[in-house]
Amino acid sequence: MTILEKDIDKLCALARLGLDADERSAARTDLERMIAMADAIAAVDTSGVVPLAHPLDATARLRADEVTEAVDRDAFQALAPLTHDGLYLVPRVIE
Amino acid sequence: MTWDVVIGLEVHVQLATRSKIFSGASASFGAEPNSQACAIDLAMPGMLPVLNADAVRMAATFGLAIDAELPAESVFDRKNYFYPDLPKGYQISQFERPIVGRGHLDLKLPGGGVRRIGITRAHLEEDAGKSLHEDFAGMTGIDLNRAGMPLLEVVSEPELRSAAEAAAYFRQIHVLVRYLGICDGNLNEGSMRCDANVSVRKSPSDPLGVRTEIKNLNSFRFLERAIEHEVARQIELIEAGGTVVRETLLYDPDRDETRPMRSKELSEDYRYFPEPDLLPVVLDTAQLDALRQGLPELPNAKRARFERDLALSAYDAEWLTSDPDVARYYEAVAATAGDPKLAANWVMGEWSAAMNRDAARTSPLAAEQLGRLIVRIKDGTISGKIAKTLFDALWKDPNKTVDDLIEAEDLTQVSDTAALAALVADVIRDNPEQVGQYRAGKTKVLGFFVGQLMKATQGKANPQALNELLKDALAEVRDR
Repeated sequence: MTILEKDIDKLCALARLGLDADERSAARTDLERMIAMADAIAAVDTSGVVPLAHPLDATARLRADEVTEAVDRDAFQALAPLTHDGLYLVPRVIE
Repeated sequence: MTWDVVIGLEVHVQLATRSKIFSGASASFGAEPNSQACAIDLAMPGMLPVLNADAVRMAATFGLAIDAELPAESVFDRKNYFYPDLPKGYQISQFERPIVGRGHLDLKLPGGGVRRIGITRAHLEEDAGKSLHEDFAGMTGIDLNRAGMPLLEVVSEPELRSAAEAAAYFRQIHVLVRYLGICDGNLNEGSMRCDANVSVRKSPSDPLGVRTEIKNLNSFRFLERAIEHEVARQIELIEAGGTVVRETLLYDPDRDETRPMRSKELSEDYRYFPEPDLLPVVLDTAQLDALRQGLPELPNAKRARFERDLALSAYDAEWLTSDPDVARYYEAVAATAGDPKLAANWVMGEWSAAMNRDAARTSPLAAEQLGRLIVRIKDGTISGKIAKTLFDALWKDPNKTVDDLIEAEDLTQVSDTAALAALVADVIRDNPEQVGQYRAGKTKVLGFFVGQLMKATQGKANPQALNELLKDALAEVRDR
């Protein structure tokens, strides 16, 4: 399968990636090889096979509904570039 | 021409757990910004989600209440998108294998009657944080306290036919989750939100029209108004020769208009895949049986029982069962009072007026007290009028008991015929003019005499005894 420029554009937009020409070209080669591998897998007859949700043959262990995490906001916010009155500040997003 | 309107709702129910769905951070409302966002909620490197057992229990309880298929195994998926209030860059949700499968709700239609509405599915997911756009000089403030709050998203079939039906459905889900105790139902705190998918077509036999989705409706009224507005917009557009485009809209209640959401302009591509950090969730038969045993009486069943066993009118039964706290209170009042109808009148009248007046969440007046007050009306100790005064006194001072107050204030109803007869004679003697009018056939003047006598007894005269005595006495005067 051929990956088109517009496919790369869409994937970059979805993944928020800004790739230069060399990176785009490398990504295209990688993607074509990945898709080839997926195509090979897709050729196997899987009718009657239940899709695997998780590679481990186990089910979820649940947690009791209790408050166990103390939050040290100052410690967390020391990592953030910008905060104000306890809020994280980010470039404006408008709805 | 008339158009056929097709609506499907996605109702987000915030589950009433103490901690978040995948972390042990507190899930309480109204805390300082980011004071309840722990390392897991913030998506710090290496953090792993662990599912809250109560979120699973509540989702399954909801499934049982809507008679849904509950698959033995359900799976979490990652829904990938970028937004500043979603630290991980994906939301943990359920896509192909939700915890609650197909069920239904018997909707009481606004115009009367009942129609069964299909519920496609309900799935567990985590909420995102909150973005605040005001007052940060070109920046957006992010509060991640809400990130990781447990949500159950309930998706209906496109089987609702009007804005009013959609609002009724939303209300009924609201009542149901409160009965089940799985959501506090506080709409103004965002505990329930709703997205509406709306389309129109010329005839019910036509294929479905192109739909739009209105996001984030958090009140019954806004939901109804937003849908009405959107239906009108679509019809107008089509009748003018245009076509509806599939898009996501936000409703602005101030302007009563919908507008496209900018962030959704790119076609949605969430690239769901199974969440590798969580194993499949199993609901076993024993657990489901236990939950089924523990289900409370549901609103429809309670309403039917109130009508059948307590002989209440459909209106009263509906009113009293629309809030589980009210229903519980009423049942306790009725049990003490021994008179379901009189108890209903008091709960729907004085009690609900006082609750509204004081914007009270819980009743200061214990149900048993109100029940005993009603007993004293029934046994003739006090009149209805005095009972209202007593009600106010009890409301203000819940430590007093009905009987204490009756005794202390000497409020026992005067039913002693001899005493009342003497008073009646006095009033007749003192008001010859009104007696004359009565004799001339103006029987309405009877009310005047009753008023005078109530004044003389401070409202304590037994009204029935009084009326009889008065009529007899006046008849005698007339005969003379």
